[in-house]
Amino acid sequence: MGTRTRIDAAEIVEKVSHLCRDANFNLNDDVLDALRDSYEAEASPVAKEVCAELLENAKIARECQMPLCQDTGVAVVFVELGEHAEITGGRLYDAINDGVRKGYNEGYLRKSIVASPLNRINTGDNTPAIIHTELVPGNQVKITFMAKGGGCENMSRIAMLTPADGREGVIKFVVETVSTAKANPCPPIIVGVGIGGTFDYAALLAKKALLRPLGIKHRDPDTAGLEKELLEKVNDLGIGAQGLGGWVTALAVHVECYPCHIASLPVAVNIECHSHRVKTVVLGNITS
Amino acid sequence: MSNIIHLKTPLQDNEIVNLRIGDRVFISGIIYTARDAAHKRLAALIDQGKDLPFDVQDQIIYYVGPSPARPDRPIGSCGPTTSYRMDVYTPKLLARGLRATIGKGNRSERVIEAMKQHRAVYFVATGGAAALLAKAVKKADIIAYKDLGAEAVMRIEVENFPVVVANDIYGNDLYREGVAKYKRA
Repeated sequence: MGTRTRIDAAEIVEKVSHLCRDANFNLNDDVLDALRDSYEAEASPVAKEVCAELLENAKIARECQMPLCQDTGVAVVFVELGEHAEITGGRLYDAINDGVRKGYNEGYLRKSIVASPLNRINTGDNTPAIIHTELVPGNQVKITFMAKGGGCENMSRIAMLTPADGREGVIKFVVETVSTAKANPCPPIIVGVGIGGTFDYAALLAKKALLRPLGIKHRDPDTAGLEKELLEKVNDLGIGAQGLGGWVTALAVHVECYPCHIASLPVAVNIECHSHRVKTVVLGNITS
Repeated sequence: MSNIIHLKTPLQDNEIVNLRIGDRVFISGIIYTARDAAHKRLAALIDQGKDLPFDVQDQIIYYVGPSPARPDRPIGSCGPTTSYRMDVYTPKLLARGLRATIGKGNRSERVIEAMKQHRAVYFVATGGAAALLAKAVKKADIIAYKDLGAEAVMRIEVENFPVVVANDIYGNDLYREGVAKYKRA
């Protein structure tokens, strides 16, 4: 705990570069399992065929080391920085952006970032990454990379509900968001829900909710119950894989909650496509 | 899924009339790519009464911005992008003779109406199946708007490119009918 570690910025560049390629080429087992389950559960022949194509696509991407989806995303990076970890030979954010630049160039990944939202000139290297840093106990640095697609991000929404809206209001807003999105975010989707905090914090919670591996329920039984209810209601919409009709609209709904103001009930819904590309690395293991 | 049909481009009217929503179609031949920024330029040319960089008569436009091609491959991963962003431009291209588009997600009422009027169809390819779809592409050449990078217009040669008919020329909509069928509630 008290032992300090030194982490070379050059190592961060290499690791982040690897994460970018690894996430875009190799779909994680939890997503593959969920897609297999969807294939089994699906009643619609069209949607079933879509699930079969997605499983085949994941196999081809892995074998050929080519992107699962041409939209290789905006690089969203979550850093858990140990209080006793020191970055040497460069700055953390520069190292992350250098890693993204390297990974996207060497991996033949698409560069999808424009420098100004209004002038829309491509930066040419997929930077800057969106970086969220959290200071945590210990001497390690945990870096989680997420390639977030534009199509599903566009279908995400936030609402400042009133305390009177309560649980029912939250359910209504989440279901309405998925219903409005229809085929656009590439279902079967993963729904990240952030409840509480502030306007900005609810959105961050929603995105972090997407990081939990599929198949793992929330540790709090009430929240887990809400997740189950939301998943059932979302799947009752009949949107199905690719929105062509079917029983599996979402692979999972993940909810994260946080304390909030007596006047507030912020709810954010971050929608993720089936091409859920997340990879993590931990640096600075204690060796002495 | 009703029928399995193999189509070659350019499309023939007697083939288009037989297509129905839900049909599984495998396309071979030449198709053209264009997405947001290219559509903006194409529509501007139409508004000015000018020629387009390629003849759209009886052709197919695919909404895609591929990832970069590795040196040994004709194209990178190339799944469809969401079509609704092109809805504002599509009727103009259909009026110029375009007979089909490929993308993902439902189209506006206005586009569905224009497809009926101009006897055109909308195909959906599986969003996110980009590595699988790349396998069906044999050749790809940039023919216009190179400055747009991933959004440049390409002439691509495909073999058995897999799609489903989402809108036929009769005004049917697979999105609407499919979801209505499986909605529980």
